[in-house]
Amino acid sequence: MTVVVAENGLAARCRGLVKDFITAGVSQRVLHGIDCDIPLGAMTLLVGPSGCGKTTLVSLLAALLEPTAGEVDVLGENLGAMRGGDKVRFRGKNIGFVFQQYNLLPSLTAKENAAVPLIINGERRLRAFEIAAEMLRKVGLGDKTDSLPKNLSGGQQQRVAIARSLVHGPRLLLCDEPTAALDASSGRTVMELLRDVAIAADRAVVVVTHDARVYSSGDRMVVMADGRVTATLEDRAQFAEIGKGEP
Amino acid sequence: MVWLALRMLVGDPVKYLGILFGVVFATLLMSQQVAIFVGILKRTASQILDVHDADIWVMDRATRFIDEAPMLPDQELYRVRSVEGVESAVKLAYGQLGARLPDGGAFRTVTLLGLDDSSLLGAPSKMVLGELKALREPDAVLVDRLGYGFLFPGQPMVLGKEFEINERRGRIVGICEASQPFTSMPILFARYSQAARYFPPSRNLVNFLLVRAKPGFDLGPICRAIEAASMQGPRPLAAYTRKEFAWKTVEFYLESTGIPVNFGITISLGFIVGLAITGQTFYLFTMENLRQFGSLKAMGVDNWRIVGMILLQGLVAGAIGYGIGIGLTAVFFEATSGVPALTGLGMFPGLLLGIAGTILAIVVLSSLLSIRKVLFLEPAMVFR
Repeated sequence: MTVVVAENGLAARCRGLVKDFITAGVSQRVLHGIDCDIPLGAMTLLVGPSGCGKTTLVSLLAALLEPTAGEVDVLGENLGAMRGGDKVRFRGKNIGFVFQQYNLLPSLTAKENAAVPLIINGERRLRAFEIAAEMLRKVGLGDKTDSLPKNLSGGQQQRVAIARSLVHGPRLLLCDEPTAALDASSGRTVMELLRDVAIAADRAVVVVTHDARVYSSGDRMVVMADGRVTATLEDRAQFAEIGKGEP
Repeated sequence: MVWLALRMLVGDPVKYLGILFGVVFATLLMSQQVAIFVGILKRTASQILDVHDADIWVMDRATRFIDEAPMLPDQELYRVRSVEGVESAVKLAYGQLGARLPDGGAFRTVTLLGLDDSSLLGAPSKMVLGELKALREPDAVLVDRLGYGFLFPGQPMVLGKEFEINERRGRIVGICEASQPFTSMPILFARYSQAARYFPPSRNLVNFLLVRAKPGFDLGPICRAIEAASMQGPRPLAAYTRKEFAWKTVEFYLESTGIPVNFGITISLGFIVGLAITGQTFYLFTMENLRQFGSLKAMGVDNWRIVGMILLQGLVAGAIGYGIGIGLTAVFFEATSGVPALTGLGMFPGLLLGIAGTILAIVVLSSLLSIRKVLFLEPAMVFR
């Protein structure tokens, strides 16, 4: 699938996004008509208390969930108009993921883990390893390419995960609580790394977090509460105000 | 993705070895037991299958298997010889007798085959020591190699040893190869006229008539013609080709003994335990990798590729486990090849194929639970 960079400078655009979950036969609305834009070339923080719908929104952006109503455009493509297989391929080529628990394959070395998205997309294995090793050097793990995840610290594992998320050149990077399992110092390092390595003119970075320590790393902040976007901030001074209200 | 599937599989050595153990256990137990089962059943008909030079076996219609053949009147031989398509027909006396070893030695039950004096039809095809023609000497008997070991344990193979068969003198003039019988008894061969002296006195001493067909004649019609001709005589006869009679004997043991049930239970246990160990370990392996599979789905791996990965993991573990299991079974039969009770038992191509199919079933069944779990896995779970 050809990668399309939206002409409007947006990586993603949500309009009237509603998501219901049915639990034990009871429908529960998690998102109530979300309107939200994710611009290219910036790091957008998605913040709010637990259960406010951040993860659901990011899952919809990643085409991992289907919206109950509303539309999601990612990189100019309407996800709702895509068929299942196309969605999987679109995601594989254009979206990168950084997970809270890293989700590295324990039996693979750092280099092999980082190469997985390339191999999924059909790159030859040895070439994929070369590219992955280069990406690991960029995230400061050039000397750990052959280490297994169990021999790496939490911060190092998250850096491998970041290398993995960027190795195939995705235009949208979705990071779910990337610092939640890390101490303050490692968390800061990871956010700095995301700023240094991930942000590019044709790429958007979305970071789901409620870690107020990393708010200063973002360019924009989308504040959510009870399944609604309550504010969209672009002034870092305001980020700090939001941070004061966090537990 | 093949590489990724295999790295995931061997990356968890404990589970990997657990899966292998299940497959090896099932393969070893099933292949060994099936080989012994088939070998034992084949032994029940080994004396029939060893007679390569007879096309048709004729016997009393009441005969159910080789060791239970009523005597036939001599005139039946002439009636059979007159049937169209029969080139020759000869008598065969067959039965079990007591043999006492010299100097008040041990007493053994032996199987004796009394062969037609002139043609020696039914004689062993391979001699280990001595010559077949020596059977024409007075009191001459041949004994099979393993039977010699039963009669004279630990003694070197020499000709000329004498012993009593039903209180009459027998002298070993040759040692031959013969397929082991079901009961592991020594097998003796003698001329019919000599054998008649060993069997208890009776009006008739013939159990079977061995028939050779004329070239170009189908055996089935000859068998039916022999049976039809016998309807004119005092008792109806049955005629079977060599393979038919062998199967009839095998079927008797299958239907009338507990052998198939006993072996069936063991073989079933091998399948069930192998399936349980493999399935459970494989399922645990998948469950522990569920988050990783979810991540792969999120990163763009579709369900078919995931199914392919799981099946590949199962098939690779199955193939390796099967190879080890078959290897261990081969080692078992090689190591026990000198044990008389197990001589001649072993694996055969059909067994290898059958066990491979069964192991494939175990692997696929084991994979199904894992596949189901992964197929219904929401990739969004990676964010939870």
